[in-house]
Amino acid sequence: MVLFAFVVLVPSARGVYYAFTDWDGLDPSFSFVGLDNFVEMTRDPDARQAIWHTLLIAVSITIIQNGFGLALALGVNTMIKSRNLLRVFLFAPAVITPIVTAYLWRNLLAPDGAVNSLLGAVGLDSWQQNWLGDPDLALWSIVGVIVWQFGGYSMVIFLAGMQSIPKDIYDAAAIDGTGPVRRFWSVTRPLLAPAFTINLMLSIIGGIKLFDQVYALTGGGPGHATDTLSTLIYKDAFTLGEFGYSIALAVVLTVVVAVASTSQYFVLARNERAAS
Amino acid sequence: MNRYTRRTFGLELVMIGIALVVAFPVYVLVNLAVRPPSDTSSPLRPTLAPTLDNFTQAWQQGALGGALSNSALVTVVSVLIVVAISSLAAYPLARVTARWSRGVFLLIMLGLMLPFQLAALPLYQTMRDLGLLGSAWALVLFYSGLQVPFTTFLYIGFLRALPRDFEDAASIDGCTSWECFRHVVFPMLKPITVTAIVLNAVSIWNDFFTPLLYLSGSTQQTVPVAISGFVGQYVSDWNLIFAALLISMIPILIVYFALQRSIINGFAGGLKG
Repeated sequence: MVLFAFVVLVPSARGVYYAFTDWDGLDPSFSFVGLDNFVEMTRDPDARQAIWHTLLIAVSITIIQNGFGLALALGVNTMIKSRNLLRVFLFAPAVITPIVTAYLWRNLLAPDGAVNSLLGAVGLDSWQQNWLGDPDLALWSIVGVIVWQFGGYSMVIFLAGMQSIPKDIYDAAAIDGTGPVRRFWSVTRPLLAPAFTINLMLSIIGGIKLFDQVYALTGGGPGHATDTLSTLIYKDAFTLGEFGYSIALAVVLTVVVAVASTSQYFVLARNERAAS
Repeated sequence: MNRYTRRTFGLELVMIGIALVVAFPVYVLVNLAVRPPSDTSSPLRPTLAPTLDNFTQAWQQGALGGALSNSALVTVVSVLIVVAISSLAAYPLARVTARWSRGVFLLIMLGLMLPFQLAALPLYQTMRDLGLLGSAWALVLFYSGLQVPFTTFLYIGFLRALPRDFEDAASIDGCTSWECFRHVVFPMLKPITVTAIVLNAVSIWNDFFTPLLYLSGSTQQTVPVAISGFVGQYVSDWNLIFAALLISMIPILIVYFALQRSIINGFAGGLKG
């Protein structure tokens, strides 16, 4: 308990205080500047962009990763013979160090990398892109890498949910003559509500805090095209020495996480109750 | 629905196809890691004359042996501390219904919400003042504090669903509360302990941001930081980098495939609570 206070609560509280100062991380004499850091943020295009990127990444990861994970879970949760093997293989990327997979993808997505080679080999030359160097595309490449890595994670949680649904319900639905689509929508979907809650919470919080993959894939570039709140916090503090401003950004991040997770929690909890 | 029909076979093929697409990066990774730098053909072409030179070179130049043992040390010690503290803390919290226990519970929830970026910089200063910057022990200290709330939360959820009858029986037989915890409660917590170990070990082993801040410039590196430094140093020598990436993945994958059932259940199980 003391340890927890020492590494989380006390530094966080000090963090909130520093957000209102011009502390540079070294100089013990710093002054209280009130809301200046936050005012500066509204004028700083980099910060505004970073907030927008953070939200965009979090929302798109949440939708795409869970959609992909759900599709995989539906495919695996059938009579196919390779289901156990597939489950193990598709989940494997999720345990590998994110920074390591990000470096791997940085090479694959390079202009002369394997992704473009593959597209060329199957005759889709026109689809070849500078995946990480194009400011309009880089953000989506990052989203793609994360979906690749954590789609299996979502799948495993959905699968656990599906396997806790009693078989009788499906038998009853079959007797009533429902088709597969209706069966999914009216039986599986509402009973998966707890799995949805967990998956959506995990991916939205993970998306908002995202740092490793952006750092390794693009470093926030090209320009500031993929900077998120986390990478900006790191850069402002450790390359520019603006600790006060950096912590003010961290406060914004905290508020975003808090608002996103509590509101999502309440909405999903209500749906769960409605479904049960 | 319960027979293996032609449609099931079609689905099987589709799923295997998806798995192959997902596995494609791994193929390229291995293929380039065993290729001598002189071979500049397409990354898709199988390497015909594989070599292990990249691995020996990466191993020596990247100081990966030291990084692996640091990572292992930090992970094992932190997980042990976290599991010990959390299970002990959760037991009274779940059983005692006094007002202070509710207060502590709310404090833990608050800890779960705070993103680490907020605490990172002030803590950086504290670590520096304590002279812990650059030491692996700073990480152990940090992870122990960071992961305890989450793990305690897991234990509390599990304990609340556990009937008290066994403990009551044990205390009637004259168990002290410590003996009761040690011999009766803790063994019953085994499923959630597995989950706690798996989730904590994976997130600590894979963490990059914390060691990047607290170990930068020191000789004590963990694997993710060592890899990042290695990539920075050998920017264009991708065969070498790929060998290093593969070396860093192998221990995780061995553990994963050896224990896949408990690991997957650990991920899926704990999150249900």
